Amino acid sequence: MTGMDENPAALLPEILLAGGSVVGLLLGSWLPRTRQWVVALVAAAVCVAGIVAAAVASAGPDSTAFGGAFAVDAPTTTCRIAVLAGLLVVIGLGAGPLRADPRESEFHVLLQLGALGALVLAGAQDLLLLSAGYLLASVPAYALAGFRKDGPGTEAALKFYVVGAFLGVLMLSGVTLLYAAGRATGYPALDAALRDAPRGLVVVGAVGLLAGLLFKAGAVPAHFWVPDAVQGSAAPVAAFLTTLPKIGALVALGRLGAVPLAGGPLPWAALIAVVSAASMTLGNLGAFFQRDVKRLLGYSAISQIGYLLLPVAVTGRASLAQPALLYYLFAYTVTNLGAFAVVCALPDARETADYRGLARRRPLLAASLVVCLLGLVGTPPTAVFLGKLEAFTAAFDGGHGRLAVLAAVNTVASLFYYLRWIVPAVTPGAGGRLRDGGRGPRLLACATAAGSVVLGLVGGPVLAALR
Amino acid sequence: MLTVLVLAPAAVAALLLCLPRRTPARVIRAVWLAVTAAELGLTVAVRSGHPAGGGTSHEERARWIPSAGVGYHVGVDGLSLPLTALTCVLFLACAVYSLRGTRRTREFAALFLFLQTTCLGVFVSLDLILFFVFFDLSIVAMYFVIAGWGHRDAGRAALKFFLYTFVGSLALLLGFIGLYLAASPHTFDMVELTRQNPLAGRAAYGGAVLLAIGVGLAVKTPTVPFHTWLPPAHTEAPTAGSAILAGVLLKMGTYGFLRIAMPMLPDAWRRYALVLVVVGVVSVLHGALVALAQTDFKRMIAYTSVTHMGYVVLAVGAAAAVGGDVAEARSLAVTGAVTQMVSHGLLTGALFLLAGVLYERGRTYDMGAYSGVAGPAPVFAGLTGVAAFASLGLPGFSGFIAEFQIFAGALGPRPVATGLSLFGIVLTAALFLRAFQRVFLGPAAPSDAPGIPRGFTDIRLHEGLAVAPLLALAVVLGVAPRFLLDLVEPASRAVLGLLAR
Repeated sequence: MTGMDENPAALLPEILLAGGSVVGLLLGSWLPRTRQWVVALVAAAVCVAGIVAAAVASAGPDSTAFGGAFAVDAPTTTCRIAVLAGLLVVIGLGAGPLRADPRESEFHVLLQLGALGALVLAGAQDLLLLSAGYLLASVPAYALAGFRKDGPGTEAALKFYVVGAFLGVLMLSGVTLLYAAGRATGYPALDAALRDAPRGLVVVGAVGLLAGLLFKAGAVPAHFWVPDAVQGSAAPVAAFLTTLPKIGALVALGRLGAVPLAGGPLPWAALIAVVSAASMTLGNLGAFFQRDVKRLLGYSAISQIGYLLLPVAVTGRASLAQPALLYYLFAYTVTNLGAFAVVCALPDARETADYRGLARRRPLLAASLVVCLLGLVGTPPTAVFLGKLEAFTAAFDGGHGRLAVLAAVNTVASLFYYLRWIVPAVTPGAGGRLRDGGRGPRLLACATAAGSVVLGLVGGPVLAALR
Repeated sequence: MLTVLVLAPAAVAALLLCLPRRTPARVIRAVWLAVTAAELGLTVAVRSGHPAGGGTSHEERARWIPSAGVGYHVGVDGLSLPLTALTCVLFLACAVYSLRGTRRTREFAALFLFLQTTCLGVFVSLDLILFFVFFDLSIVAMYFVIAGWGHRDAGRAALKFFLYTFVGSLALLLGFIGLYLAASPHTFDMVELTRQNPLAGRAAYGGAVLLAIGVGLAVKTPTVPFHTWLPPAHTEAPTAGSAILAGVLLKMGTYGFLRIAMPMLPDAWRRYALVLVVVGVVSVLHGALVALAQTDFKRMIAYTSVTHMGYVVLAVGAAAAVGGDVAEARSLAVTGAVTQMVSHGLLTGALFLLAGVLYERGRTYDMGAYSGVAGPAPVFAGLTGVAAFASLGLPGFSGFIAEFQIFAGALGPRPVATGLSLFGIVLTAALFLRAFQRVFLGPAAPSDAPGIPRGFTDIRLHEGLAVAPLLALAVVLGVAPRFLLDLVEPASRAVLGLLAR
């Protein structure tokens, strides 16, 4: 660790988020309850400023900060933009239901801290920073899951917390073992040291490390919390849980696969491939006969992680791997948040059958739902299609052709349960009068659906930028 | 020009959806009719601008996703122009047929216009991913047509249709990725891939890619054993939907064989062509035999589609046979395959529209419920008779020209298979004649019999205007086919030239 390059300016988006949450906390303590929307406004402003800062920073060359512990490069920039834009959507979704809630400001503060954790995960190039990011991304999420303080919410938070705490301990143990094996925590130093470290130590350590990141990503076998936490928590929180931490975790996995663990004794690619295959398959099987829309989306998120892990599995062996992963992350964020925005727009429609007749009453909302769900399947020309195309190509290119075939088969299987939701929405019928979730979620649903299509159509420049 | 041709219907569809909800259905139908008519006019203009000697014309290309090797590239040649024209004709016929009343006209018209965009897009694409985009979107649009406007069991049939054809399209996508990775530099451009022939000399890789693409296209075509989605989809779809599904969407599969599989994978195609020949013959015989056993008029027509598409598969399979003196015959087989696609599109489209007329009057497709319909409805009986005779391949109709070319072309290289599939003609003749006899001839049913409301009214003007031109075109093609063959023959020779590499 020579040359302390402590240039905080490189971390401007992260610092903005941290500052925003502190300011929010202070404002929340002093503002009257009816005026707490100011905190949401501050959070939104922080997101916008962060996106601008990230875009400006991306124009410069790749760099690192704090002794190489934090990387500022294309993956970090992507993650910053995706997480902050996603956070903006989640804030928009939560603004309505939480208006004048006694804990409105706390909600927004927790959201910002969770997003900050995801960003730290994504940029970390040091095992200790990675652990810090893990905790920062997890602890606010536990609180958010139980935010409603009702039965399902408490159950969700409890399950989420127990699983997260257990796997977090595993992860910290893994970090300890890897430190013992490599005598360093920074990735570049570890990379060299792990090549001749004791094999067993590295394997056990890496598996422990993987456990924590897979928990954040919601991948099999650390996925048990996903359906319960998604079903039990409020819809905006569920949107947050299934999207933002995943982005950080996947970028972190990509980094780990690229530098410290690729050359070591661990069959990293095979391990990720197995996790990927298991996630997409088990997620789909779990989603098949779900009636509850949030639970369905929870399982769908598990299966999506399987596809997202395809490029991670071939990191370093296919030149497409990095752009494929980053583009797919963008696409998934937009599309998944779109589906949750529709759920937020109809807060009383819990089951797929409740959506009957939606096309009649709210044609635009129904169209958004169809676009987002077919988008999650990967129907062209939505963004996820291009993401899948790139991911499949990368998998073939990296010698995991069978995994790509399995992913294609799973894609077809997933169509089945998404259609179980689309069909009632477009069939005419007298669905009960449902409470309206307000104009905000409706607008956001349309915007994200449109964004998903537009991102697919302008995929060329975006992919070129990610390269 | 092609871009306008392809995208205009979708643009109008979007406009239609923006109209206020109280817009009278009359206006919407008029717009729909005008657009489809204009599209046909545009196609004629494209045809007249096409050079006589063959080759690709009206090419347009633009950068789309260069980093992924995907570009926007469209163009037409002798293979795609006939199918583009067929698409426009059939969509116009459907617009005319729907002039009187459908439920939710605005959405229906918009969906059909969107479907037209996707169908035209498939036939003019010269980039694999562009092809795939339109291919997949056509499935989505057709799913909503069946699910939204179909008969009683439509939901289930639509789901089956979607799942099956989506499996096929993903197999296709994997094959496309295989081609993409084999090419250097990596590209999805069809022209470039055809020129490169990237899998030459790599038998196992080529076989795997052909398997993926072949399965994908076979599901869409559909051939035995991937045809099981077809009967329920056809039976439950609304009339215009069935006509498009059978008339246009099935052609995407066989078109893909000629446009993608044959020119880009010549080695593998020659090696495994016998599989296609067998699949073709089995489809012909299986489809005809099962159709013979049907009592449901629409289902019967659906199964005859399997037979007729089986001829096409047989022809493209036989065309791969090697040997010095059969070059002319193979060219004949490919030309016949294209002619059969056009002919089948016209005839089966007409038959499905006529089945719709029958359902409109009697509220059932069960042939046992009708008898002596020719008495009260002579024009309807006449049109159905013409369509049935044309469909069984009587000389003077397009079906005869097509089937004659296929058999004459395939007999030399594959005598046994061709001989067997000749039975398909006999079976088709038997089943059409029997169906015609049951429904139209015989004693008139008592007017208060179940299924037949009082007074079976004859065909109405808009129904006749939709069906008659399709049959007239079939006759014109049967009597004076040169205007089509002049277009197709250079293209089929070019395809065979690519196959012989």
